[in-house]
Amino acid sequence: MLPAIPNLLSIVTFAPLFGAAVIMILRALSRRDDEAVISRNAKWISLWTTLVTLALSVVLLLQFDGHNPGYQFVEHYQWFGPISYHMGVDGISILFVALTVFLMPLCIAASWTSISHRVTEYMVAFLLLETLVIGVFTSLDIFLFYIFFEGGLVPMFLIIGIWGGKDRVYAAYKFFLYTLLGSVLMLAAMLYLVTTLGTASIPEMTRLLTERPFGLDVQGFLWFAFFASFAVKMPMWPVHTWLPDAHVQAPTAGSVMLAGILLKLGGYGFIRFNLPMFPDASEMFAPLVMALSVIAVVYTSLVAFRQTDIKKLIAYSSVAHMGFVTMGIFAGNALGVQGAIYQMISHGLISGALFLCVGVIYDRWHTREIAFYGGLTKLMPHFAFVFLLFTMANVGLPGTSGFVGEITTMAGAYDWGTWVALVAASGVIFSAVYALTLYKRVMFGVVTNDELKKYPDINLREIAIFTPLIIGTILLGVYPAFVFDFTTASVDGLVNAYQAAIGG
Amino acid sequence: MDFAMDFPALNEALPETILGLSALFILVFGSFRGDKGMTSISALCGAALIGAAFAAAWSPLGIVFSGSFVSDGVSVFAKVAMYIAAAFVIVLGQGYFDRLNSRRFEFPILVLLATLGMSVMVSAGDLISLYVGLELQSLALYVLAAFRRDDAKSSEAGLKYFVLGALASGLLLYGASLVYGFAGSMNFVEIAKSAETNMNVGLIFGLVFVISGLAFKVSAAPFHMWTPDVYEGAPTPVVAFAAGAPKFAAMVLLARVLETAFIHNIDQWRQVLLVLSVLSFVVGGLGGLMQKDFKRLLAYSSISNMGYALLAVAAGTVVGIQALLMFFVLYMVDTLGLFAAQMSLNRKDGESITRIDQFAGLAKVNMPMAIAITMLALSVLGMPPFGGFWSKYFVFGAAIAGGLWWFAAAGLVASVIAAFYYLRLIKLMWFDAPVVDFGKAPAEAKWIAFTSAAFSFPGVIVFLIFGFGLAANAVIGFGGQ
Repeated sequence: MLPAIPNLLSIVTFAPLFGAAVIMILRALSRRDDEAVISRNAKWISLWTTLVTLALSVVLLLQFDGHNPGYQFVEHYQWFGPISYHMGVDGISILFVALTVFLMPLCIAASWTSISHRVTEYMVAFLLLETLVIGVFTSLDIFLFYIFFEGGLVPMFLIIGIWGGKDRVYAAYKFFLYTLLGSVLMLAAMLYLVTTLGTASIPEMTRLLTERPFGLDVQGFLWFAFFASFAVKMPMWPVHTWLPDAHVQAPTAGSVMLAGILLKLGGYGFIRFNLPMFPDASEMFAPLVMALSVIAVVYTSLVAFRQTDIKKLIAYSSVAHMGFVTMGIFAGNALGVQGAIYQMISHGLISGALFLCVGVIYDRWHTREIAFYGGLTKLMPHFAFVFLLFTMANVGLPGTSGFVGEITTMAGAYDWGTWVALVAASGVIFSAVYALTLYKRVMFGVVTNDELKKYPDINLREIAIFTPLIIGTILLGVYPAFVFDFTTASVDGLVNAYQAAIGG
Repeated sequence: MDFAMDFPALNEALPETILGLSALFILVFGSFRGDKGMTSISALCGAALIGAAFAAAWSPLGIVFSGSFVSDGVSVFAKVAMYIAAAFVIVLGQGYFDRLNSRRFEFPILVLLATLGMSVMVSAGDLISLYVGLELQSLALYVLAAFRRDDAKSSEAGLKYFVLGALASGLLLYGASLVYGFAGSMNFVEIAKSAETNMNVGLIFGLVFVISGLAFKVSAAPFHMWTPDVYEGAPTPVVAFAAGAPKFAAMVLLARVLETAFIHNIDQWRQVLLVLSVLSFVVGGLGGLMQKDFKRLLAYSSISNMGYALLAVAAGTVVGIQALLMFFVLYMVDTLGLFAAQMSLNRKDGESITRIDQFAGLAKVNMPMAIAITMLALSVLGMPPFGGFWSKYFVFGAAIAGGLWWFAAAGLVASVIAAFYYLRLIKLMWFDAPVVDFGKAPAEAKWIAFTSAAFSFPGVIVFLIFGFGLAANAVIGFGGQ
């Protein structure tokens, strides 16, 4: 047994920030003309910072007690008024922390050569983003949550806007203003909660609202305000339009962060706020959410099929996969919620890996047009293997993590209503259609473009990036208990409370 | 202490006494020394402000001069904040006029007099001290706005400010005379007694006129027309001053009139404030989108911020007043920081940078300043964890607690519109290439900008702890509540 480290959760949360501060200080101290040295230092410092954070989170995972449904590693310091510095993780949030710290070193490594200008700022922005995202999952104070949730917009705005593609400014604005509009409504709801309940602590609020829930009308308004924010973040159809733009314009690692982690903030928010705090409203609005989810699954799959840009295709496929998540959550049963969490973790790995695959070819030929490519299997056999594996995982092939996520969410949804599962299942077929078509057009066939012969197969660095993702995808696919061991106790607690509240 | 026993009021009004006497003495001193003595006169005025701040913190609370002067928690809180802001402005102005080679010793003295006026405003207990304080503050500011008399824009700003300000004073005075005529008293507490039982149409007219006059002073829409022109034309340190402290004073005064004299008539004035408030954040948000000049942009931003402050007053509770106090401290820091940042940016040839697009590429040339401006801009647009977010937290929290939650939601949505123009500033600084050659930043403006940024985060973490407590104590027993 490892020794307990005091304030471990805060250390994990703020370790990346510390690394960012070190980079900034070193930069301020060094001479201006040492640009190459400064950049190299920045890269190594951020890689080590993210690896140390990863190691600390492994300690966190090992010391976590999966049988305890409550919050663990709790830190609580009074700040002012009703607000306090209150941190803690339960079986739901700890996995998202793990996902974040797992993807982060890969993001840094993926940017190693593709980012050539303003490297220090880039690394600082990423480390800042890591702290903010971990903070969202670890904070137990509603305003602390909001600080981290909203603060994450700024580094992402800079990442898209500075290192993005041609239309990066438009995409950055759209990303920022869209999500901000969603979250100010949530802020209004949070202020209402705090002024009425007199506490800003999430567990305390949940307890008070379980004992004495609001009337259905108030619940409806509050539910909707939270929903507005998380649905945009998720993103759910029809408020998903910012996502393809942001994805296409963002640099590779930015897309990985966006698809892998930032989208999960929405699902996490639904599980943490909407379901336990406003159960009656959740039940009332569940048909709406289900309808939007299946529309997302079917419609965005069809849209994805028509895309000419690889990144846009994967972006639409993300929206479709997030449709499974919302479906699972608002099914309101243990299977559905477990499946939703599982699907989010799995999608974090798979979509992250797919964006990294696009990054591999984009770094070489600087285009994401599907028509430009063809016959890459012959030229890049190793890459073909990696890409195929993740394409299949995206489709939901048994043996990969994508399968488990889809089957459990659908089973949960089946419990809620047969037609939902029925329509959603058709989405699985559509996803096979667009994913396999993409693979065929990019990888199979004859090499029509001589440009493609100019660059070699993936190198050691790229293999090193993909290896952990491959292992993770397969491992979760064949042994889902890795996730369910953590989530079961917390999800059961949540779902039982929900079912009791709605009288089911 | 026989003297003090004969004039007991001087203890309660000690900060005003200090300010008034020092202004007169320093004026005499200055007229002997002339403009070359500006540095020492600035230092003396700064010292007087610091002294007055300590005096305000330690002087006894009470209602004196037959009820026309009120020294309570709210007035003390506001005074200390305003004195500190005025001291920073004197530092900024010293450097500014130094570089222009137009040192004039009247500048710090006029700041001192304007501050005295604000002091009287926040302590006003009847209509006479309300008007006297307001005019003292306004007249000093008119002169300050036109302080660069060789500059056409500055003169224009001064004239506009004066003419429109005089109109507003006229409205206010007319309203005050109606209130006096129908209530039969100058004193707020007496007016409240009369208004509780006999709220007739004359009193309502008077009330609306008084609100309009004060709304003009805080530049709430639709009384905002002067703001962009004055902000653009007046010397930057003057704007940095006029954007913060006088509006704080006028808002506290408004709150005091409404929640003392018209405490029983909340339904009558609340709608007026809500209309002003919603108009302000709409006008401020939309108007700012088209601006090219940095100071005009901040003018529109201040209009929308006044909308938020009015919402806090409209809540009509002590929590609302507490929110108002916290809001203004955080807002003054951000405003001061942004103006100081603009003053710190110069072209190589010494011309100052005024247009927003000239900020382009700042991050490549001067990273620390770009970070500071980014932090301040994010703070004003209400991004957590910066100070501006907490000011919105207090205001909207108070509004929601006061049952105004549709208005709070509207204000929050309007803040997204305002977010766009600050994002544009950030975009220019970080995404684009420089278009002007940036020169060396003047030290005092640079450090005030850095200090403000550091206050907005991480300083705000500490400030919130004790500021929250102070503001909560200050509002106990405010008005008739």
